[in-house]
Amino acid sequence: MSLLHSYVKVRARERGRALPRATVRHVHLAEAPMVFVPLRLAGEAAAPLGAMVGTDPARPKLLVVPQPRNRDLRFQFLADLGAVLLPYVDRISRQVETVEAKTPFDRCLDAPQIVVPSPGGVEFTAKLGRSSRFRRTTGPYAVDPAVPMLGRWLTFLAEQSEFAGSSLMVAMTDLLTAHWVTGQSAAEDGDLAALLGWIDPPEGLTGPEAAALADDPLSPPAGPDTHPEFDRQELQKAIEHYDATGSAAQVEEALHGQLRPTWDRMWQAIGLLAALKESPGATARWERDRVHVALHRAWIDGGGLPQGKRDSAVAAAKRLARLEAAQQSFEATRAFDDPLVMAEYRADGVAFAGEVVAVDLTRRIVPPGGKREVPRPLVTIETADPVRLAKGKKVRSPSRPRQSATIADITETTVTVQIDDGMGRGGQPAEGSVPGVGTVICYTELDPGESRRAPLPPREETPWTHGGPPPEYVPTDDDAMEPWS
Amino acid sequence: MNRLDAIRGTTPGQDHNARSIAALAANPACDRRAVLDAAAIDKPRLMRRLRFDDRWGQSPFAIQRNQQFTDLVKANGAAHLLRLLRTLLDLPIEEAGYVNLEDAGGNEGHVARHGHTRRIIRQTAEGRGRATILDRPLLRLDVAGAQVYLEPDVIAFQLGGRFHIVAIKSFAIVDDQADTPKVSAAAREAAVYVHALRDLVGRDLVSHDVILVCPRDFTNEPTATTVDVRHQLVTLARQLSRLTRIDTILDRLPAGLSLDVDALPAAQIEAAVAAIPARYAPQCLSACELSHLCRREAHDLGHLDALGRIVRDDLGGIESVQTALRVATPGEPVADDQAEIAERLRHVARLYDEAVA
Repeated sequence: MSLLHSYVKVRARERGRALPRATVRHVHLAEAPMVFVPLRLAGEAAAPLGAMVGTDPARPKLLVVPQPRNRDLRFQFLADLGAVLLPYVDRISRQVETVEAKTPFDRCLDAPQIVVPSPGGVEFTAKLGRSSRFRRTTGPYAVDPAVPMLGRWLTFLAEQSEFAGSSLMVAMTDLLTAHWVTGQSAAEDGDLAALLGWIDPPEGLTGPEAAALADDPLSPPAGPDTHPEFDRQELQKAIEHYDATGSAAQVEEALHGQLRPTWDRMWQAIGLLAALKESPGATARWERDRVHVALHRAWIDGGGLPQGKRDSAVAAAKRLARLEAAQQSFEATRAFDDPLVMAEYRADGVAFAGEVVAVDLTRRIVPPGGKREVPRPLVTIETADPVRLAKGKKVRSPSRPRQSATIADITETTVTVQIDDGMGRGGQPAEGSVPGVGTVICYTELDPGESRRAPLPPREETPWTHGGPPPEYVPTDDDAMEPWS
Repeated sequence: MNRLDAIRGTTPGQDHNARSIAALAANPACDRRAVLDAAAIDKPRLMRRLRFDDRWGQSPFAIQRNQQFTDLVKANGAAHLLRLLRTLLDLPIEEAGYVNLEDAGGNEGHVARHGHTRRIIRQTAEGRGRATILDRPLLRLDVAGAQVYLEPDVIAFQLGGRFHIVAIKSFAIVDDQADTPKVSAAAREAAVYVHALRDLVGRDLVSHDVILVCPRDFTNEPTATTVDVRHQLVTLARQLSRLTRIDTILDRLPAGLSLDVDALPAAQIEAAVAAIPARYAPQCLSACELSHLCRREAHDLGHLDALGRIVRDDLGGIESVQTALRVATPGEPVADDQAEIAERLRHVARLYDEAVA
């Protein structure tokens, strides 16, 4: 968050309508995203109540659990969900290309994309994955073969969603708040209906009016939790009706009424996002997503075990490092791709922009640790931005992402940077390799490249401070038979 | 406290419970909440009277689930609980006394039940009882001069040791991890019980580690863990001491102010509520029954607080939406203490307009 973001919030409040936060779309939208709107039973950790799922806005598939406390019906729900999701995942993930590189690797031609309404939906998906991936398909408590396979993919997708910039599983409210600023608080933005009310209100309504409509306790929430009033007045009776007659019609009708409005909003939101042009960074991140899907596909096809319950010390440290690298690279790439995002960093003083007013092309110095003199030209930029970068800070420019520079001097209105590389091999900087006088240029401390990380030991060499080498994880019959009540 | 009774009028008051006492800590700067709580105003009733929707109910499924789980943990003389306590507190096998405190000689009244609890707990503390598990105790706490009765799930006692508050909750601990907001809510609530029990037997005899009993993974099987509530205890003590200073807030209110929910017309109640200054912030939405009323009021007045803490902090010193936009416009006159933020806002406004264009 930045002062700019807070200011735009105030402006959106005054205007009664959301304002743009980005000029391009920083997420990849698949050709056929799979929209998944799940609901769970109140008071339970992972008891599915129903879901609307599918890739066609006009034909959602409604799945319900007419008696959510019945264990067999829950697994039937997961099997039904698997029958929708697994063919989708399989069809896409089995088309693989081999990318030529020093070590060639596989990459899927496309990847699955699951869109849920809110971060709560991602969390619930992870719980569903956890409760189904260890199930056995033979012996006591056997389940449909689709169930454990679905559990593994749901777990994989939910885990990937923790990486900044991954588009495999995304929460719609997160996507919308990354691209628009509303005149309500972050907590209220967590409600899909209210958020969309600000961004794209119905004809004749202002943003706050549309959000107030969404706030009505009787308007269906985006899940995964249902409204207590709905539970009391409709759902309880419908479930009792099922218990008495065996007919799921009432439960289906009640849940359809709760899910359909959110389903339609999901597609409305996808339409809004699709209207924005995709940023180059989003396309590049999608390529990485496709590599991850190919890796997981190969792991499953090669007979790999389901994901463990807890990471070992080394795996956890590696994962944390990857999460941090993804976050840093995502933030920087977003700013490099989008002047509106960069403006937030300029407002906070970690980036600045302005016109080049002076260039010293002839400057040569002996760099620290070096022996020969090398060209290190100085470029002076006039800027009105409140620069908070210190002398000696490494900076880069979105218009020259491959060239690094160092801040050499700062005055009230100017910043002088020393260009460090990317000037050719000659005694003088190559033509055009240094920004000329009159150029408008932006520099920032953000670096979209992935920083090098300290290597971590292999799992056999886990140090004693971290419990020593962990035992090999093998799923047990206990896991498979874990009661689910 | 006559003034508080006058504010409540003839409408019956609403008793505090552990959850409502814990909620006092949510927004300490809010006079409105402090006055309504001290006067024991029935807030949901007040909101219904002003035609705001009631949205504080709990799902019947959640209530049912909670009840089932609590029954399971306490079944057969709290057998499950004893087993868990043995591992957690290293209880020897012979410590297995179970006392149900609900039955106070056929007397159902709060006073009698509390008296019974107090007697048994004192005996236990002095080593004159064999109780390890004290089921359905009734504690008492003084909140702003009013006696509040509190019913913790269970109190456990370790022979020659200390009392522990046991909280039985039905949210799951999956792979040793539970939902953070739910754990903190449970900790805040348990801290109220610890505080009340310390009032009774003294500080040293009650542990600040409460025992949280939850279902493990996706099963019904109970598992137990300790939660340190020292931090929550400090916050709570501060809130309670603040409530006793309610007089200074009352002195600032107009004379004759009344919130008699059943007797007065709605317009008059609304005006009376408006006369007590509120401090709305979006966090109130999940903690206070009045929040929707305060939110509407805050937006009508253009308060920046209503846009969230970050906005308020970023635009430090500016109170309203209108002021913020005015000082961000070049050429508008600006007060001295707002000169710095005005300059930054004008720069930010220019940046935004350039980038969007």
